[in-house]
Amino acid sequence: MPEAPPDDEPALHVEGLDVTYGRALSALRCVSLTVPHGTVVALLGANGAGKTTLLRAVSGTLRLHRGAVTAGRIRYGTTDLDGRDPVAAVRAGVVQVPEGRRVFAGLTVDENLRSGGLGLGRRRPDQVAEARERVFTLFPRLAERTRQAAGLLSGGEQQMLAIGRALMAAPRLLLLDEPSLGLAPQMVYRIAEVVREINAQGTAVLLVEQNAGMALSLADTAHVLEVGEVRLSGPADELARTDAVKRLYLGETDGTGTETAQRAGTTEGQGAA
Amino acid sequence: MTSLLDNVFNGLALGAVYALVALGFVIIFKASGVMNFAHGSLLLLGGYLTAVLHDDLGFAGALAVSVLVTAAVAGAMDRFLLQAGGGPDPHTAHVQTIVTIGVDILIVTDLSRRIGGDLLSLGDPWGDSVSGLGPVTVADSRIAAIVVSAVVIAGVFALFRYTTWGLSLRASAEDVEAASLMGVRLVRVRMLAWCLAGALAALAAVFLAAFPAPGLERTTGQIALKAFPAAILGGMASPPGALAGSLLIGMTEALVAGYQSDLHVLGEGFGDVAPYAVMVLVLLVRPTGLFGGKAAVRV
Repeated sequence: MPEAPPDDEPALHVEGLDVTYGRALSALRCVSLTVPHGTVVALLGANGAGKTTLLRAVSGTLRLHRGAVTAGRIRYGTTDLDGRDPVAAVRAGVVQVPEGRRVFAGLTVDENLRSGGLGLGRRRPDQVAEARERVFTLFPRLAERTRQAAGLLSGGEQQMLAIGRALMAAPRLLLLDEPSLGLAPQMVYRIAEVVREINAQGTAVLLVEQNAGMALSLADTAHVLEVGEVRLSGPADELARTDAVKRLYLGETDGTGTETAQRAGTTEGQGAA
Repeated sequence: MTSLLDNVFNGLALGAVYALVALGFVIIFKASGVMNFAHGSLLLLGGYLTAVLHDDLGFAGALAVSVLVTAAVAGAMDRFLLQAGGGPDPHTAHVQTIVTIGVDILIVTDLSRRIGGDLLSLGDPWGDSVSGLGPVTVADSRIAAIVVSAVVIAGVFALFRYTTWGLSLRASAEDVEAASLMGVRLVRVRMLAWCLAGALAALAAVFLAAFPAPGLERTTGQIALKAFPAAILGGMASPPGALAGSLLIGMTEALVAGYQSDLHVLGEGFGDVAPYAVMVLVLLVRPTGLFGGKAAVRV
């Protein structure tokens, strides 16, 4: 890694994070992880393990779910993000794509994309045009449907729109929550390509997935959450070879190679969960 | 004997004024999920301010101050009472709705004490003059009501469609969490919605107190109760629905009042009940209101 000022190549640091819902339900305990600049980090785990909670803590939306950070720190570059509102995260360059797409169904595709830039306040028209151009290059299909209500798009198109909407804020770190959820196998493959492409353009990605095969094939490093705590961490290819991950998240029982596991995971969508 | 045309015109004028009030209801409901039961008191506050200030400031100045102050009161009520926790909490809209009832009682009680049994003039420039429009003779204040409402409502729709605030409002009305993730400033967007609704209410007060109404009374705020069925039958969260609902309610009221003698089987004063009767009938056929159909969603 070349030496650079921290703000040029910011990394997300989560240190000893505790999150509690409703002052009673502990969702995360002492979770630490790092997303270095320009990398893809996968976060795996079963339902209820706390994956989404971690993203909410970073993006500042815990409050909407009556959750709060009770200990630990979240920093992005030089910006403290714990206890801040979502505007602070967006302004720092951290944007979350919510689980289940959550596009604004009654708004047009174009308005959905415009809404993606709302957190940045007034921007020069050429900056907005540039962001749109980037989105339309990644997702040509959206360019054909700018006037259509987002609710009428197919599931895959909605996922593309949800990602495109987030990209309108020109994030340096993208938080993706289950982008493959409920999509056809071919679309899962397409989304994986898109994540790779976005990362190649210099945006770091924190990828939450139940589709472990897909996530591990994309990620540089991966962490496995279990009941609110980090159980395993390491380079993604190493994790994919460990027995625990194979058995629990890649759906393998006979110990065949990672190669087949990844493909199975990628093509069967939710099958791997 | 009034002609059908007279009644239709009166209905249009009434509907236009109700639309200003109903639109306020809808904007607030859309922005915060709260039914603002204090809307009538905001309307009364706006009318009262115009009434006491017009001697010193002239009608236009008094109206401007009244619109600004009412907007500020509505905004402050939302920001410091309903959003007191420092941010929107989607789980407490019903609690906030109840709070608005309390605010309504406070404001109305104080203003009633000030107004007493008086009829206040708002000093509007139309007085009791009338104009001939083809075959019908109509009050100038009603022409003004229609023109001003049309312009203001068109302006509000343009705000929804073309401004950042409008986009933020529509996005957060669809999905508050997703909007929040985009960095929409929920607290501010919502407060501005309340301000706008307050401004519309203050403006509506002028036309509700103008000729042929005798002036501003302490009960004028209750007119908001008629805009309520208009908002509901339009679909509650739909601005175009509020517009259509208001015209329907205004027209119903004017026609029932105009043909009262033919409708005497229904008893005296059926005009006051008619808006609610229409609301119930519409909701029987379309339970989500005229424009309140489910958003197009393909999963």
